[in-house]
Amino acid sequence: MLKIEHLTKQFGGNCAINDVSTTIERGKINAIIGPNGAGKTTFFNLISGMHRPTSGTLTFNGRDITTLRPDEIARLGISRTFQATTLFDMATVLDNLIVGHRLRTRSGLWDVLVGSSRLIEEERICREKARWALEFVGLSHVEDRVAGDITQEQRKRVAFALALTTEPALVLLDEPAGGVNPEETWGLADLIRKMAKSGLTVCLIEHKMDMIMSLSDKIMVLSYGEKIAEGTPSQVRANPAVIDAYLGAEHADIQ
Amino acid sequence: MQMLEGRLGWLLLFSVGLLFPLATGNDYHLTVMTTAYIYAIAAIGLNLITGYTGQFNLAHAGFMAIGAYTVGILTVDHQVPFWIAFALAGPVTAAFGIPLGWVSLRLKGHYFSIFTLCVGYILFLVIEKWEGLTHGTVGLIGIPAPSPMGPMTFDSPLSLYYLVFAFLCVGIWVMRRIVNSLLGRTFMAIRNGDELAEALGIRLARDKLLAFLISVLYAGWAGALYAGFIRFLGPGLADTHHTFDMTMYMLVGGLGTLLGPLFGSLIVSWITQYMQPLQEYRFVVFGPILILLVIFVPNGIVGSYLARQARKSSLTASRAVAGNSKSNEKREASDAQD
Repeated sequence: MLKIEHLTKQFGGNCAINDVSTTIERGKINAIIGPNGAGKTTFFNLISGMHRPTSGTLTFNGRDITTLRPDEIARLGISRTFQATTLFDMATVLDNLIVGHRLRTRSGLWDVLVGSSRLIEEERICREKARWALEFVGLSHVEDRVAGDITQEQRKRVAFALALTTEPALVLLDEPAGGVNPEETWGLADLIRKMAKSGLTVCLIEHKMDMIMSLSDKIMVLSYGEKIAEGTPSQVRANPAVIDAYLGAEHADIQ
Repeated sequence: MQMLEGRLGWLLLFSVGLLFPLATGNDYHLTVMTTAYIYAIAAIGLNLITGYTGQFNLAHAGFMAIGAYTVGILTVDHQVPFWIAFALAGPVTAAFGIPLGWVSLRLKGHYFSIFTLCVGYILFLVIEKWEGLTHGTVGLIGIPAPSPMGPMTFDSPLSLYYLVFAFLCVGIWVMRRIVNSLLGRTFMAIRNGDELAEALGIRLARDKLLAFLISVLYAGWAGALYAGFIRFLGPGLADTHHTFDMTMYMLVGGLGTLLGPLFGSLIVSWITQYMQPLQEYRFVVFGPILILLVIFVPNGIVGSYLARQARKSSLTASRAVAGNSKSNEKREASDAQD
């Protein structure tokens, strides 16, 4: 679905991503792991168009998207979440989600001034889409609450919902379970499974190992900007390079 | 209280504006009010780019002056009829606003503000120094009053009051349409965060420029009204302190609220009038008031009210869910909210 070839990103002399090639496979849950500073978020920023790669190519469904802007990439069907979602705290949860479907609408200033039927229809569609997304992530009961009042875990779900309102084919989740407690983490993992089951392709960055291992179909391991391993959870777990760079270091911290 | 946010509230506001002259009958009061309305129109425009879109523009007075000088120069030096000059004020301001906005909006956050501060100051300098076009510091004298439209003449403070009031109503109506629409939501998404907005497929550069353009059009036409109302123009109109005045109106009333700039403009204008005897010292009073306001009422008057209402209906919503009954009236009420 998304083919990444020889992707490299340099910030000045610092090489954040170095010659990474991989594919994000359709309908699967693809995970990217790696120690802090390994370049995971930079990798997402490159795929979503926020940063332009120094070299390498990105091919999405056969189309070269390497030089496209983030909004163009979003329109093609790649949606992403951020580690922290900035919501408008004074507005309701539903209100925050309505804009998510804006990219699939065409109403401009003129429609607004004359109150065209297209605008009315598109606003209805956006509202429906927002309701549908809230329903999907299991938050219909908070749609009328102001965004400032909801919990951290609900905020994460709203971020998912916001990504879903854009009608994506591929969803990039940046630390979807960061900052939520263990029980809530399992709830979010179920939600990610549900997304994959509904036909979406998921790619996520996460630090919570047990979640990643049970959830992912395919894992790529980054360390210092380079891909050091790739494969199924069991393959990655058994890979000495991974244990050395990541799991080993972390386990050593705990025990 | 909820009725105040619906049609009744608008009708009430409209009637107050309509009946205000009957309540005073005093030309001085009418003049103060009319001036406040003109600045309110400009501030409502400024609020779109600054309050709703989150790009703190500090060149606004410059654009207001461009609109005003368009009317002044065309009517005084080229004998163009007032309403034609007035109609041109918008496009001319836009002609300046589009390239300047396009360049400024490449910058983000504080850099944008500082850059537009400079843009505003350069506009002021150009108006002050380009004597061949603007008459420099002497200014433009003898701008004709708005010419009659059919049976309506605009030569008395009362008729000018109603003229400006009509434009204010149109301005608020248009802005209400914009901010309550998908377009307004797009602008607010940009305010919430460039990155998220872009990831949602919003074309940042285009939509920011659109907000800037609409905002500048309000400034241009407010300036044009100013020219027809005051009938004298000096470069002082473009002075940065006017931008800061309008920013103050927004802050007092509520940044990113529809009626905030109007209320702010009215309140501050009247307080300024009553503090006239203090002359320059009134800023000694104003400064601390503004600081206290920003600390303790950061959402402004309208903003604080709306925040309280939102919280209240949010609590009712959560209680309604707890009771397993969804009240549809609540949702409709919040839909109607501005």
